[in-house]
Amino acid sequence: MPMLRAARWSPWSRFRLGCGFGCTLALALTSCTTRAVRRGGADAMAAGAMAADGLEAPASGLREQTADQQLWHVLHRLAFGPRPGDVEAVQAMGVDAWIARQLTPESIPDTLTDQWLARFATLGESGDLLLRRYPPAGVVQAQLARERGGTLTPADSQTLQLRNRQANAALNEIATSRVLRAVHSERQLQEVMVDFWENHFTVFNGKDRTRYFIPEYDAVTIRPYALGKFRELLGAVAKSPAMLTYLDNWQSVADSGRTTLAQVTAAQRRVVARRAATVARQLPALAPAVAAAAQRRRGLNENYARELMELHTLGVDGGYTQQDVTDVARILTGWTLSQGVNGGTFLFRPQTHDADPKRVLGQAFPGGRGQEEGEALLDLLARHPATARFLATKLVRRFVSDSPPPALVARAAATYRRTDGDIRAVVRTIVTSPEFFAAAAFRAKVKSPFELVISTMRVLGAAPDSSARTAQLVARLGQPLFGHQAPNGWPETSEPWMNTGAILNRINFGLNVATGRVPVVRLTSWPSARPLAALPREAQVDGVIHALFGGAVSRDTRDVLITGTNPFLQARAGQTVGVMADDAMTDSAPPVAPTPPSRAAAFAQIVGLALGAPEFQRR
Amino acid sequence: MRRRVFLKSGALALVTLGLSPQFLRRTALAMPLPRAARGKTLIVLFQRGAADALNVVVPFGDPAYAPARPQLAIAPPSRVTGTTGALDLDGFFGLHPALAPLMPLWERGLLTPIHAVGSPSATRSHFDAQDFLETGTPDIKGTTDGWLNRVLATRGTCEAGCGTDPAAAFRAVAMSAQTPRILDGSVPTVAMNSLEEFAVRGGGGDAERRLEALYRTGSADLVHGSGTEMFDALRILRAANPQQYTPANGSRYPRSPFGQRLLAIAQLIKAGVGLEVAFADVGGWDTHVNQGAAQGQLAQRLGDFSQSIAALVADLGDRMDDVVILTMSEFGRTVRQNGTGGTDHGHAGAMFVIGGALRSPHRVLGRWPGLAREQLHEGRDLALTTDFRTVFSEITAKHLGASALDRVFPGFAASSSSWLGLL
Repeated sequence: MPMLRAARWSPWSRFRLGCGFGCTLALALTSCTTRAVRRGGADAMAAGAMAADGLEAPASGLREQTADQQLWHVLHRLAFGPRPGDVEAVQAMGVDAWIARQLTPESIPDTLTDQWLARFATLGESGDLLLRRYPPAGVVQAQLARERGGTLTPADSQTLQLRNRQANAALNEIATSRVLRAVHSERQLQEVMVDFWENHFTVFNGKDRTRYFIPEYDAVTIRPYALGKFRELLGAVAKSPAMLTYLDNWQSVADSGRTTLAQVTAAQRRVVARRAATVARQLPALAPAVAAAAQRRRGLNENYARELMELHTLGVDGGYTQQDVTDVARILTGWTLSQGVNGGTFLFRPQTHDADPKRVLGQAFPGGRGQEEGEALLDLLARHPATARFLATKLVRRFVSDSPPPALVARAAATYRRTDGDIRAVVRTIVTSPEFFAAAAFRAKVKSPFELVISTMRVLGAAPDSSARTAQLVARLGQPLFGHQAPNGWPETSEPWMNTGAILNRINFGLNVATGRVPVVRLTSWPSARPLAALPREAQVDGVIHALFGGAVSRDTRDVLITGTNPFLQARAGQTVGVMADDAMTDSAPPVAPTPPSRAAAFAQIVGLALGAPEFQRR
Repeated sequence: MRRRVFLKSGALALVTLGLSPQFLRRTALAMPLPRAARGKTLIVLFQRGAADALNVVVPFGDPAYAPARPQLAIAPPSRVTGTTGALDLDGFFGLHPALAPLMPLWERGLLTPIHAVGSPSATRSHFDAQDFLETGTPDIKGTTDGWLNRVLATRGTCEAGCGTDPAAAFRAVAMSAQTPRILDGSVPTVAMNSLEEFAVRGGGGDAERRLEALYRTGSADLVHGSGTEMFDALRILRAANPQQYTPANGSRYPRSPFGQRLLAIAQLIKAGVGLEVAFADVGGWDTHVNQGAAQGQLAQRLGDFSQSIAALVADLGDRMDDVVILTMSEFGRTVRQNGTGGTDHGHAGAMFVIGGALRSPHRVLGRWPGLAREQLHEGRDLALTTDFRTVFSEITAKHLGASALDRVFPGFAASSSSWLGLL
């Protein structure tokens, strides 16, 4: 038995050897029973919540989680996990006071983060400026080719590569800044909400020029409203170059045969033609696109209209029809960009706006109105009860559990309606609720790759890093920031993040961190590392469990960290004889090291195992 | 409740400790799993960036071809050695000279080109067109899963239930950093850059064994369950021993990322890990500037492309009877060359179907719409005569046994009467 071989030299094997077969079987049964009880508790909780009549919150003080669990819980839901000292800080302030403070991020100083953010050249910059400063590869190549009469020299290729690298570096800053803020900002809830909304209103950096518009999207469109009024957020998104590009609305114009708000005059046509000629002369690479645009059959594009209702407001079951989608698209014709594919700023173009009457969700939109018609539409959608319910459900899913307790959703939706879509108030309803502090909600969510990387960097006290490496870690684990193609965004539930490949990558990430192969987060810079490394193994394990899990892990996990096996395997191993069982174990892992590893290496392994443990995949 | 949990734990324990002997004994003796003997594999290769189909499968017989491309046209086939004309297929079409490694496949009846095929969507956006090709729902952007995943989801291959079949871990593998859109969906898939990467790395000593113990606790919740499956998959792959792999039949894969990814796919197929669908992509096809003709940018890309595929086919040998390779690109390019020695975004394109059991050898399939101005899509691009879903439907139905085609391609009337007779 390999485990026994290991035990022979282990100085910490007393625990295991002292606990015979009967004991481990009992432990196994105990842990199963605990799980079963916990599941039963969740059912009871949901049933109780549903029984609570009306929208009255159950009496406060009904918090199933222990005081320690609450500290851990809020730091994993309103924040991206604790940094060294955070648990103590929240405890000193009190959980409720800390939540209240996080709900008003403007009151929290964040000097260190601001200083680091100053290192990024592109944050908050307009797409217009970024396109001029870091032109796309095709544009640079076409310019060079034109200067050389069609044939590029090797030096030109180098220039191209260099400028391409520069452009990529610049345009990746936004992703890096998101990681930096999530790790280091004191305004953790604000960052959680930015993460939530940039996913709710996702845009894809691989679509046309969208990536040039993302810095502005982050700074101007999303951040100011992350805890503000949903209607203002929705309006900002609708007018953002990023969303207008990503979901094509800038190209959507009244179908031929429709009345438009203004006729295109001959003079305007000449201006357009002149502009196109200028573009074609200055940027030959764009000439075909310009020609194609001029040639394109113009008409309605329903892409944004559909996602606006399905994904941004009402939800897929929000009760709208295809006719509603078409009429929403017609209302939003003329909502375009001053420089088309190159972005610029939001522009309402009366010449392309369908001015005939429309009807959406039963409400008549009389003809002849301009941009105010779209504003009235956004009012209608933002105030719709289906929107309140859809957003409440999604927020409860993010903050509480994959299966949102219906009573809490109802109360959050009621808050939304009562406050005219005040996001801060809705979040407050959710994160102060008994359901939020229910035992079943503790560690109920699986971390997204972003949350895994950020929580690792936080828990080990990683120093700020403005290099692209941090965002690359997140991408390698399967969640490239602004890299989700489809408009539904990254999953908010656990299942899609857990599969064979994902769990392997997560485990390797933890091992790499612990063994010093991830430059942005090193064990050596963790304040607890030095004192812990000097202790005997069991004390090391308990120290790591305290720091990484708030002391709360399953008996299985603690056993494995100490002895290398768990009661389940031990119990089974005790019953099996013969070569097959041994083979089955050994063919999955290299043979046990013949000599005990150094204490430092053993400690690094404990941390690596802990970061790869099932509990660390949850929040 | 307690009893149920415990029973489930017991079942898992049998797997853990070798009391599911069939599987483990086979692994221990490095015997192939029966699935390998009967399993069919579809390999999908995506040329991202819109390959210039008219210079890949060259319609030299169309009188409008050469005049539209003064600098780019590939010359007609020539019997004079050392010249760089198209490689004649049927007197009308020829392969680009850089595709010479595929010619033996054509001659042996292992290669069927399809022309004027693609997505019916009129979009000329790479993003949208790739999206449509991968979701299998042209012009519908809300589709969240990919058609290859839907094929697997609707295909009942697990006699004993996929949940308990460790081999199910490798049903679908993408050789790429992230799961591509085409494999998004409910069936678990694996995405990896290389086989070497699919291992627990570092941690020292017995880290892997301890990690396995962390997950194999008898608990069957989502996280523990995924971990347990992963350690099963690792064991399968280790038994296949990819580090000791020598390609068969003197096959030599290019050192390029694409070549190495195809090499990995061959290893998985030969290892008998139950691979049903493999995916790899290759970029560099967006040739707006200085595309080149018989030599140059496009020729280089085609060289790597064809050498890699030829190596894979040679390496797989007789196993090609159970393999179909399908190549695709999001759209074709303009018929006329542009002002910078390249071509712009067009419409219909070309695909290759490669396999050991093709039914239409020595033929280029797909109705040729012609290149005269009035025959073109919007007056500028190769018109579409075959919807890509027609090809996908036929291949998945005949090769993988997909039956619920209306669920794989919702909204598409997948009539088998329109199939091309590929397989």
